[in-house]
Amino acid sequence: MIPGREEWMRALIERHGEACHRRFQSAVAAVCGLGGLGSNIAIALARAGVGKLILIDFDRVDLTNLHRQQYKASQIGQYKTQAMQDNLREIAPYTELETHAVRITEENLQELLRGADIVCEAFDNAQSKAMLVNGVLEELPGTVVVAASGMAGLGTPNSVRTRKITDRFYLCGDGISEVQTAQSLVAPRVMLCAAHQALTVLRILAGENE
Amino acid sequence: MITINGVETDLAGKTIADYLSATRYDPGRIAVERNGEIVFKSRYGETVLEDGDTVEIVSFVGGG
Repeated sequence: MIPGREEWMRALIERHGEACHRRFQSAVAAVCGLGGLGSNIAIALARAGVGKLILIDFDRVDLTNLHRQQYKASQIGQYKTQAMQDNLREIAPYTELETHAVRITEENLQELLRGADIVCEAFDNAQSKAMLVNGVLEELPGTVVVAASGMAGLGTPNSVRTRKITDRFYLCGDGISEVQTAQSLVAPRVMLCAAHQALTVLRILAGENE
Repeated sequence: MITINGVETDLAGKTIADYLSATRYDPGRIAVERNGEIVFKSRYGETVLEDGDTVEIVSFVGGG
């Protein structure tokens, strides 16, 4: 038996306090890319009670994703947007979701992201990361972007950190650990970076801007 | 002096584009912050570095 909306919100208020809960509930966060970073960010933000998530990814769930991404074997072949929507409906049923199974480009990012207060960059490709960060900062003047760079391999968790580059641009990761054939991504280090991003989103929403 | 990624350099009068073309940065993988603001990509060629500027070139690496 799934608890009703009011009971659900009461439980969140008990955990986060009324003021924080209201800020989380009234926020819209976009998650761009639903891979190792994005799938973990989306779940963390939904659990925390962020009111609405915009989930964007053009790709489908593949067997090679399951070592680090929050999907199930039964979801192989599904669009990640659909699979994540289904998973989030079970985890946090009162989170409003908007999904787009498209590739984000310089041409469509303004249209896709203009409803978001905060955009999480969760791509795996370096050029796409730079395109999204520059695009949001140039074209969406009221929007904050929380990006990630450097979380591959088995390096120490303690080198993953969050830096505030400008008032509207936060960067998480170790800055250097790139995906190479010999240095793949492992779930806990990607989750660590995703946790930095999700926590940064919540801190910004709560008014903790440093 | 101009501080770029923590290193002091003598580049006053040069543009961001001048600096980038003399380095190995891939312009498709970076974001440029100057004195707390992002420099739009379309303005790299006209943004002249001035004495006292602090610049950070954020170079993205793949993985996610």
